[in-house]
Amino acid sequence: MIKGINISHVWVFDQEEALDFYVGKLGLEVSADVDFGPMRWLTVRPKGQPEREILLELVAPPSVDPDAAEKIRELVAKGASGFTVGFTTDDARGLCEELRAKGVTIREEPEERPYGIDFAIRDPFGNHIRVVEQKPFVMPDDWQGTVAG
Amino acid sequence: MSPELSPTVERNRRLLKARDEMDRLYREELDVKGLAALAEMSEAHFIRSFKEVFGETPHRYLQRRRVERAMYLLREQESSVTDVCFDVGFNSLGTFSRTFKEIVGVSPAAYRSGKRPAPVPSCFISSWTRPSSFGEAQRRDSPYSDPTAAGAESPEATEATR
Repeated sequence: MIKGINISHVWVFDQEEALDFYVGKLGLEVSADVDFGPMRWLTVRPKGQPEREILLELVAPPSVDPDAAEKIRELVAKGASGFTVGFTTDDARGLCEELRAKGVTIREEPEERPYGIDFAIRDPFGNHIRVVEQKPFVMPDDWQGTVAG
Repeated sequence: MSPELSPTVERNRRLLKARDEMDRLYREELDVKGLAALAEMSEAHFIRSFKEVFGETPHRYLQRRRVERAMYLLREQESSVTDVCFDVGFNSLGTFSRTFKEIVGVSPAAYRSGKRPAPVPSCFISSWTRPSSFGEAQRRDSPYSDPTAAGAESPEATEATR
């Protein structure tokens, strides 16, 4: 049985720029920063949830070939990397203003949703990130499917 | 260590800035001039490049964004079709209804009487139910075609899978 998620990744084009955004602006902390020579293993984590890390993975050879690297960058830059990371907060509107003041691109303003208030931002590379202030979710009778928890 | 970004990557990123602005301010009057300036391009070049990269014109993208939000409001709220029309940034009911039908395949009122999507995060719904520019509205099996048409999934049909 799989017990949990310890790490996931985000494609970045420059790890220093990524640090400036994920640590300097979003307020995450560096979890590991190890220089193996050919690559730098760089992970960040939310201060309130240290067991879950995000690898700031450089799009570059040799992990992907040069042609693929260029294509990945082109796709991420046009916003085609999909829903990358979802963060939680206790105050979506307050955090949104704080991030806006730091120059973060707000993609969608905070809005009420069935599961809470959420807003969307972009990282400097084009990745789509969301932040939600969760509230207990009640599934309406006429909705289909199941939601755990 | 980090490679220089290619002109294509740079261009895509600037175009995405303009597209994000449409996503954020879809309710407001947005002019091509301001969006082109965000993308650091002339208006003509902006429209051409946008279409090349995203497969549709900026105008169409904005219409789909507004229609997507209208679909959400029609599903989730009781406000009238007219209120929804103005709330999502259209300034004429005629244009709204025509555009909605063109993109979704049914009128706003008919859409409202249809079924709801599943309770996954709204952002996901918005990406995946955003009406496409690429012909879905014409297909009989489109999720937005007449829900009473043959082949439409009934709530009972999926009840067993719960």
